[in-house]
Amino acid sequence: MSDTTNKVQRPLSPHLQVYKLPLTGLMSISHRITGAGLVVGTLLIAAYLIAAATSETHYNTVMSIATSKPGQIIMFLWSFALYFHMFNGIRHMFWDTGRFLQKAQAMRTNYVVLLCAVVATAITWGGSTFVEFMVVLGS
Amino acid sequence: MSEKYKDQYATHLKKAKGLGSAHEGTDHWMKQKITAILNIPLVLWFVWSIVSLQGASHAQFVTWQAQPTNAVLMIMLIISVMYHAKLGAQVITEDYISAEWFKMLKLIGQKIFFLALGIMCIFCVLKIAFTAGI
Repeated sequence: MSDTTNKVQRPLSPHLQVYKLPLTGLMSISHRITGAGLVVGTLLIAAYLIAAATSETHYNTVMSIATSKPGQIIMFLWSFALYFHMFNGIRHMFWDTGRFLQKAQAMRTNYVVLLCAVVATAITWGGSTFVEFMVVLGS
Repeated sequence: MSEKYKDQYATHLKKAKGLGSAHEGTDHWMKQKITAILNIPLVLWFVWSIVSLQGASHAQFVTWQAQPTNAVLMIMLIISVMYHAKLGAQVITEDYISAEWFKMLKLIGQKIFFLALGIMCIFCVLKIAFTAGI
């Protein structure tokens, strides 16, 4: 067995660093990233509750940070991450029952999840504030 | 229990339990799904509340949080979210950390972290609920 060259050209598994992830793949890793990001969100809930339970001064500090411009942008991104994770999680539940697992169906439901997340974020913040934030994030 | 005994007397369910690479069957998956479903209404309530509480004074927030419905919903949210986060963080660590000792250390650390954070939040809600208006 001296000849070790591959006679059959088998397809190679694409390496992550040189592989352009399709939208379905991006959505998959985003579910994990938003999940980890939402852990930071739980710290914000904790900060809010601890401050409120400690004193009015502490509460006012946290509230002034939350209502400042950077604070509002963080809250805005937090709400989007939350909705994305929620709607993609609901899709995971459909997948668990064996539905929508075909490639084309996964691609279609990608857009459904993204649309739901954007619409829910817009409803939460109100249309004009939503547009304002998009402009701030875009600049 | 010997394998022979298992074949003779164990039910199919008993045999299925504890199988899989982690020897815990569908336990983790089931807990993740149950907390996920519970999280949906609780998180929607929470986001709606937070948005309507923006800029609220300390007195306003305390009055709101001390309402039995809001206090109970907040505690349920904390338990469900922290448990869901603990399960999710566990999987991420199991997937990406290969050094066994560090993985174990990190898993134990995460468990303590989410437990402590949850207890802290619940304590704060209870403190507000029991001391509001005093």
